[in-house]
Amino acid sequence: MLDKADGQIFTGNVRLVHAVGMHARPAVKLTKLAKKFEAQISVRVAGAPEWINAKSVAKIMAMRAAHGSTIEIKASGSDAEAAVAALVDLVASDFPDGAG
Amino acid sequence: MQGGAAGSAYRGRTASIGFAHGPLVRVDAGGGGERVAGTLVEEALALRKAIDLASGQIADLAASAGGEAAQILEFQVALLEDEDLIEAIFASIGEGRPADVAWRSTLDGQIAEYNSAADEYLQARSSDLADLRDRVVHILRGDEGEPLKIPSGGVVCADDLPPSRFLEIDWSGGGGLALLHGSPTSHVAMLARARGIPMVVQLGAIPDAGATALLDGEGATLELDPSAEQVRVFEKRRESHRKSRASARAILRRPTASWRGERIKLLINIQRVDDLDDADAQYADGIGLMRTEFLLAGRSDLPDEDTQFQAYDAVLRWAGARPVTIRTFDAGGDKPVPGFTFDGEANPFLGVRGLRLCLARPEIFAVQLRALARAAVRGNLKVMFPMVTSADELEAGRKLFADIVQRLQADGIAAMLPELGIMVEVPAAALAISSFKASFFSIGSNDLAQYVLACDRSNGALAPLMDPLHPAVLELIARTAEHGRRAGVSVSLCGDMAGDPRCVPALLNCGLRELSVNASALAQIKQTIDRLSSGGSVG
Repeated sequence: MLDKADGQIFTGNVRLVHAVGMHARPAVKLTKLAKKFEAQISVRVAGAPEWINAKSVAKIMAMRAAHGSTIEIKASGSDAEAAVAALVDLVASDFPDGAG
Repeated sequence: MQGGAAGSAYRGRTASIGFAHGPLVRVDAGGGGERVAGTLVEEALALRKAIDLASGQIADLAASAGGEAAQILEFQVALLEDEDLIEAIFASIGEGRPADVAWRSTLDGQIAEYNSAADEYLQARSSDLADLRDRVVHILRGDEGEPLKIPSGGVVCADDLPPSRFLEIDWSGGGGLALLHGSPTSHVAMLARARGIPMVVQLGAIPDAGATALLDGEGATLELDPSAEQVRVFEKRRESHRKSRASARAILRRPTASWRGERIKLLINIQRVDDLDDADAQYADGIGLMRTEFLLAGRSDLPDEDTQFQAYDAVLRWAGARPVTIRTFDAGGDKPVPGFTFDGEANPFLGVRGLRLCLARPEIFAVQLRALARAAVRGNLKVMFPMVTSADELEAGRKLFADIVQRLQADGIAAMLPELGIMVEVPAAALAISSFKASFFSIGSNDLAQYVLACDRSNGALAPLMDPLHPAVLELIARTAEHGRRAGVSVSLCGDMAGDPRCVPALLNCGLRELSVNASALAQIKQTIDRLSSGGSVG
């Protein structure tokens, strides 16, 4: 669906260092941060068949990403590049307090 | 409820001790019946309004509860703001389902998915979803919306009660909680104990009648519409409970315990910060063991530095100048923690547990050490490592700790290295006690006895062999105490033996002069020492 400049897709990969994986608190932080962006953002555990809406806490929880897994992020839209960078940073820095 | 006849009595299990005598208040019986569905548009509007109202209620609760409760509730707010989840429910309404049915079936689907997960953290989240489901259903049915109005001193009776409903009730006028189901280990039972609200669970079936209730959290009984005689007996029990606590405190208020002219320090063990609410705790000479595993329990992730710092700081503030010994995470063995401990060990009691585990997971250990280093400047803190076998482990832990202190100080953060000691629970450590450069020793007699006697302490078949007064156990305790005396290093004992009056004479004879017990045992142990000192028997 490439339409105009907005159609460009940005991607990123980041390892989930959080000790117990993508559980409630990290999931809440990730979706809160994702919602700050206009871009459409999807995530998945590396290699998983389905991409998941990064703004849905229920789906992020259901993804059951384990400690040490790699999270793939892709985004399209006006602020997609910044969105990917921010989310990669959040996961890489282990969901610090005050973030998201 | 026959006039004049004795009221009916029901027995359950104790979740929180105390007495309540007041009007019986039923909560959540039947859920207010069916609602009449409107048009598709009306149903969609009703759900939108219910979600907004629920969201506001939860935000208010989180703001007033703070802390851990606020974090639990934040996940519920995030779910209500999840457009994918909510849109699916509106789509279901669009297909003709009433708002409450659509909402409930979607949430039930999520709950079932969480419950089927192998992951216990995800399973635990299902009660949050159920709490949220019920809140919105209640609003849709019009039987909820305002906080529960409980008359002062009322006994709240419910099937079960989620934490958010407990927090909505104004308990300032006393009262009690009688649950037909529920569990003494539930989150709500923890809240009840922390607030001193008597609570009895698993009462089973209770007839749908009754105006006045007597709730005895100690005897775990609920009496409905009591006769004058029942009230008299109940008030007598309440009074004798009050008196026995008063006499315990009278013993506790006496000057420090002594035996053969030597001062005996009596400290307390705590499992969590709330344990300091015990009225007897204030008479302790300090905290001999603060366990930190509670920080790892009942949460979806490992506790961050500030969460830990606040818990340690709260205890240090409570203690003032008195010493507080905090034990670093003692996970593993019979205390597995997902995401922390190693799975699949054939013999976890002899596996990677205690300090061994912390050294194997330095990224997790570092967070605790940072919080402890910052807390060390706030009071009389001592830190001890559990399950230490060799002096090298103590030194490895000390080096990690010292590096962390240095980095914090370099960043301008107030921090210091506290006194470092070890638990003596591995027989090798007791036998080679002089090889440890520790500032203090604390004998963990439960594990020490288990390892010396080669008896799994959870195996009931070995109970007759599992004797902490076995000469081999006492020999190791005596050697440790003797080393401490010669080296001028304090030695205490914080296992179950310290709180057992029958073991106290042997411990004193082994040379121990510091014992650490649960706050509830403090009065009895002080009394035991008092009797021994005046030449009496243990009694």
